[in-house]
Amino acid sequence: MSANIVALAYLVASVFFILALKGLSSPVTARRGNIFGILGMIIAVGTTLTITENWQLILGCIAVGGTIGAIVAKRVQMTAMPELVAFMHSLVGLAAVFIAIAAINNPVSFGLPAVLPMGSKFELFLGTFIGAMTWSGSVIAFLKLSGRMSGAPVVFSGQHMLNLVLAIVMVGFGLWFFFSDTTNWTAFIAMTAIAFVLGFLIIIPIGGADMPVVISMLNSYSGWAAAGIGFSLGNPMLIIAGSLVGSSGAILSYIMCKAMNRPFLSVILGGFGSEGADVSADDGGQKTHRSGSADDAAFMLGNADTVVIVPGYGLAVARAQHAVKELADALQEKGINVRFAIHPVAGRMPGHMNVLLAEAEIDYEYVLEMDEINSDFSNTDVVLVLGANDVVNPAANTPGSPIYGMPILDAHKARTVMVVKRSMAAGYAGLDNELFYMDKTMMVFGDAKKVVEGMVKGL
Amino acid sequence: MIGDIDPTIINLTVFVLAVFVGYHVVWNVTPALHTPLMSVTNAISGIILVGAMLAAGPAETDWGVWLGAVAVTLAAINVFGGFLVTQRMLEMFKKKDKKGSE
Repeated sequence: MSANIVALAYLVASVFFILALKGLSSPVTARRGNIFGILGMIIAVGTTLTITENWQLILGCIAVGGTIGAIVAKRVQMTAMPELVAFMHSLVGLAAVFIAIAAINNPVSFGLPAVLPMGSKFELFLGTFIGAMTWSGSVIAFLKLSGRMSGAPVVFSGQHMLNLVLAIVMVGFGLWFFFSDTTNWTAFIAMTAIAFVLGFLIIIPIGGADMPVVISMLNSYSGWAAAGIGFSLGNPMLIIAGSLVGSSGAILSYIMCKAMNRPFLSVILGGFGSEGADVSADDGGQKTHRSGSADDAAFMLGNADTVVIVPGYGLAVARAQHAVKELADALQEKGINVRFAIHPVAGRMPGHMNVLLAEAEIDYEYVLEMDEINSDFSNTDVVLVLGANDVVNPAANTPGSPIYGMPILDAHKARTVMVVKRSMAAGYAGLDNELFYMDKTMMVFGDAKKVVEGMVKGL
Repeated sequence: MIGDIDPTIINLTVFVLAVFVGYHVVWNVTPALHTPLMSVTNAISGIILVGAMLAAGPAETDWGVWLGAVAVTLAAINVFGGFLVTQRMLEMFKKKDKKGSE
């Protein structure tokens, strides 16, 4: 097939990828968008197949990878989506590194000159180190999210210094590779190895609740890695698709940071929450809270006219989404207005709660974002907080508080607040939550799923 | 004149414009669909499959081709897994049939 026709087919595929993202602007058009994405990929792969000689080998590998991917996609629990996404980022990173190595080994097969020009070397260097960092960073994120490794930040003295020194050494090897006349494998391998270590070191100090930022950031990296490979191979489609993904991840990171009122840099430097324990201790005063049973809660819910449910990470951990759906149905049958309020950083990844509620077949019309529902809390009879903490902490309105300025759901403005929680333990920020000690608040202790099931029985 | 331009500059042009398109398209994505956005971008970054296919492409098989073959497999997991899990999630966001009342 002529190079021009290939390039035109790639252009069509690129347009389909843009349409895929555009479709996600509304749940109504989203499925069509996904179909566009699939079509774009079929065009891209089909076209590339015509210019490769080893098509049996390639189709075989696609069949193997495709089967694994299909099985994983079918089996994964919706509560485990963050892990799956982290896992898939790592694959893109590793594939980018392998492609760069193959390109240095045999540039001609990629349409590059046999002796790599400096420009190509620079692009391969970029693609490789971003890919390597994406891989090792995503592996750590995956281990933390799936609970195979503690979510607590790992910090040690001189950490940032070590990262800086490693980054400089890595760039040094990169320059050596760049200025060598022949293919300098030593420099390239050393550079790649350091990039792997750096990806690892950058993610370990970041704590569990900052995961929405980390996972968005790695999403962004995986896109830039693809774009970097696109530069090396002079392939505009890879550049376009990679840039779309890269900017998408960057925007999500920005939205997540804003929702926590934390500068991006401080999230990346990590260690937040590690000194949290002292903050709550010096509060001193004897504060009392009121606790009740699931039956008490059911009674109050049954007498309300309007109820807002605030889900958080605790809901995902307890896999309580289906029980919540039963509760909402039971309340709606009594003619009670039930809605859900979602904070942007609720859960472990952007939009995590929305997917869990959708899985439980809760109509998205009743699921509202923070800005849509915040003004309604003062007219709400009962707010039911399920496994959320910092996102409803009114301390965010008090100057001097560590979370001052963070946008929160104004649950404290409702007439009655009920909080389902395992214990009185502080949230991720290590802060006491004033909401729990208010006169109108009732705590219901226990596993979110069991408590909610108890409430349904009580109704 | 256009022939004198270094291909890298043309690639850079494509890159900058694509970042702008991405920026504007992604800001329009509804926050409720941010998880499907991440999984579909995962699938799209699987486009690296095309680069992997070129690496696995040459008829003379040396270790670079096998490395390319591994990369094809990894990227294919991403493409299939990403699109299918997105489809599965989006099915859940279908409008529910209202039961009786309303």
